[in-house]
Amino acid sequence: MINIPLMRTTAVAALAVAASFGMATSAFAQSEPVVDSIHFLIPGGAGGGWDGTARGTGEALTESGLVGTASYENMSGGGGGRALGYIIENAESNHGTLMVSSTPIIIRSLTGIFPQNFRDLTLVAGTIGDYAALVVADDSDIQGMPDLISAFEADSSAVSVGGGSVPGGMDHLVAAMVMQAGGIDPLEVSYVPYDAGGEALAGLLSGEIDVLSTGFSEAVELARAGEVRIIGITADERVDGFDDAPTMVEQGLDTTFVNWRGFFGPPGLPEETLAAYQEVLAQMYDTEEWEEVRQRNGWVNIHNSGADFQTFLENQEQEIGDLMRTLGFL
Amino acid sequence: MLEGLYIGVSSAFSLTNIMMVVGGCLIGTFIGMLPGLGPMSIIAIMIPVAITIGDPSSALILLAGVYYGAIFGGSTSSILINAPGIASTVATSFDGYPLARQGKAGKALTIAAIASFTGGTVGAILLMIFAPALASVALIFHSAEYFALMVLGLSAIAAFAGTGNVAKAVMMTILGLVIATVGEGALFNAPRFTMGIMDLQSGIGFITLAMAMFALPEALYLVMDPNRSKTGDGGSGKITNLRITRQEAKEITPVIGRQSIQGFLIGVLPGAGATIASFLGYAVERNLAKKEDQEKFGKGSVKGLAAPEAANNAAGTGSFVPLLTLGIPGSGTTAILLGALIALNVSPGPRLMIDEPQIFWAVIISMYIGNVVLLILNLPLIPYIAKILAVPRNYLIPFIIFFTMMGAYIGQNNATELLILTGLGVIATILRLADYPLAPLLIGFILGPMLENNFARSMQLYDGIGFIVERPMTLGLLAIAVLLIFLPSYRARRARLRAEGVADSD
Repeated sequence: MINIPLMRTTAVAALAVAASFGMATSAFAQSEPVVDSIHFLIPGGAGGGWDGTARGTGEALTESGLVGTASYENMSGGGGGRALGYIIENAESNHGTLMVSSTPIIIRSLTGIFPQNFRDLTLVAGTIGDYAALVVADDSDIQGMPDLISAFEADSSAVSVGGGSVPGGMDHLVAAMVMQAGGIDPLEVSYVPYDAGGEALAGLLSGEIDVLSTGFSEAVELARAGEVRIIGITADERVDGFDDAPTMVEQGLDTTFVNWRGFFGPPGLPEETLAAYQEVLAQMYDTEEWEEVRQRNGWVNIHNSGADFQTFLENQEQEIGDLMRTLGFL
Repeated sequence: MLEGLYIGVSSAFSLTNIMMVVGGCLIGTFIGMLPGLGPMSIIAIMIPVAITIGDPSSALILLAGVYYGAIFGGSTSSILINAPGIASTVATSFDGYPLARQGKAGKALTIAAIASFTGGTVGAILLMIFAPALASVALIFHSAEYFALMVLGLSAIAAFAGTGNVAKAVMMTILGLVIATVGEGALFNAPRFTMGIMDLQSGIGFITLAMAMFALPEALYLVMDPNRSKTGDGGSGKITNLRITRQEAKEITPVIGRQSIQGFLIGVLPGAGATIASFLGYAVERNLAKKEDQEKFGKGSVKGLAAPEAANNAAGTGSFVPLLTLGIPGSGTTAILLGALIALNVSPGPRLMIDEPQIFWAVIISMYIGNVVLLILNLPLIPYIAKILAVPRNYLIPFIIFFTMMGAYIGQNNATELLILTGLGVIATILRLADYPLAPLLIGFILGPMLENNFARSMQLYDGIGFIVERPMTLGLLAIAVLLIFLPSYRARRARLRAEGVADSD
């Protein structure tokens, strides 16, 4: 079971039709698509976060005419490990394939659940992301991060933080990361895991836990419904459209975190093919079709292409790895 | 509540959802008529279809439509050919079939349709009143109470044993709990019992298991049945006069009224369900009837037909109360529906009404629509629909196997699911041959993770199992669970003494 805020979905069904592959990188005429076709490999079942990302991206790319046709293949198993192994083992025949992935690939590679890691793939681009957020119930005494930190300092066992991921999963890591930045020993943070975000929210509202660690987009929805208050988000600066939510940084906690989603190619993907993929993904941001898909899904554009993507992933791996070692998960 | 009602009405009356109700009722009626295919098998086959729809309200409306369609359809075959499609319409055949033999098949079908319609509608009204009250109480639930609630849900298995074989039901529940532990738990960072097989890392799929437990054994059973190619006894020619007299209407009105309410209340109890409600309804009405009426029971009494029909439909609706408000399945059928909800990423439980009011209310409103649809289907169209009874059952085998295989495969695109499906299907068939009930296994499988996770969470929060005594509500729920384990065996014994038939789980 993968548990990350945007992806708490269990596998559901849809018939993915494997279409023919084939790349054309030379056609740059105005009306011609930049890339003839892309086959999206989705490491989980239909209906999950990965599935939505691949299908939404494919929809924007084809409808805007940047890509001729898009096909999708759901390959669940091993929490994404099966698809990862598949694209690496069958690299030669998968030059027309892009696999969607996200932050858990880093975590799961670190813990060794995946024998491979992102370096075994060709990095295409990170396309969207979500920040993390800590929220409290609307009637909570905790007004901001300083309150939370001092409550922890007073009695660390009296404050419990919950989330929808396993211990050592993303919600836990974010909470630990933030508390560590506030000078609290992350091991002192009592993290209460729930099966899913919805259950964790129920725990917050019934008073079982005091603080909920969740994704920003989910937190915004809950805050708008008046059920919770956001006490800190892991963005660099306040996010347009919901600038009530203070960042961790402005409250003196030097922490940022992005739960990214992006696309990978098989290892050994030819340079020009890679460049064409990166080109269409970069152009996609300017299309109306993408804007419509993005808004519908509440995604945040966080574009990291090629070398930037590599640096970003390495930093995140380092940061998460250090924290997991501190917490004793590695 | 009014706002939710409004959302529900507008959602239920959307074109898609009306199509779902109509489609579900049609499919349910057709398949429910076929002897041997119970609502659980039908729903298991329909789940992949429902999940492909994606929208949880539409999916649940479809499945609910199939469910009460199957109960309706089952009564048709009970009356016409004395071969109940499902356990909860066995009591219908007691008086329905004698009526048909007397040349009053049309009358019998009309009575059954009216009784079912009333039972279902009264059930839906009661559900609308009951559910919000229950759900609002549950808002203050902590993990400890959820744990107790799951124990309560599991205690229902005592009732599933029905004929008194509690030991077998308990063993099956435990097997279900064991199967549920395979894979990465939600609270632990390590895979369990995967034997290094990557495809087991996310655990055994609910759809695969449901198909393997209910749909596949059905097909294998047919293969083993020497009479499978026998052409069914159509009997459609016999249906002539659908009218009932004023006198008969007067006779059945109080019966239907009483049984609608009694059936609903029995349906609400975990584990009881439509089968027990129909037998109890029949028994109660026979006891209440006047001496000369009593003798007609079993020989074509209109009361004896109306009672189980009203009761089983009301109970079918009643079993949605624990499902929609507490997230615990009261019967095998609602266990499958619960699994489908989880697969659709809906967290069932007390918060369903608050978080997803559109699902909650749309399902309830669709029940009214479904009942009207079924009334229309069953009154004027029944002579034509009944022709399906003439289809030899061996044509069903490839149909069932095809949908089972496809259903297990398409969601995951993973051929390993087919191996798991076949393996579990064979095991399930053997278990069925040995007379082990399979519904408790599925309930154990579905409730297992919730039971474990809430228990572990409470342990963490309370630093031990102190929460059981520290939280009065937890203690209370656990006490009710203990009660429920003993109550049904008492109830089942009474039912057995009163009615000749023996209830199977539904």
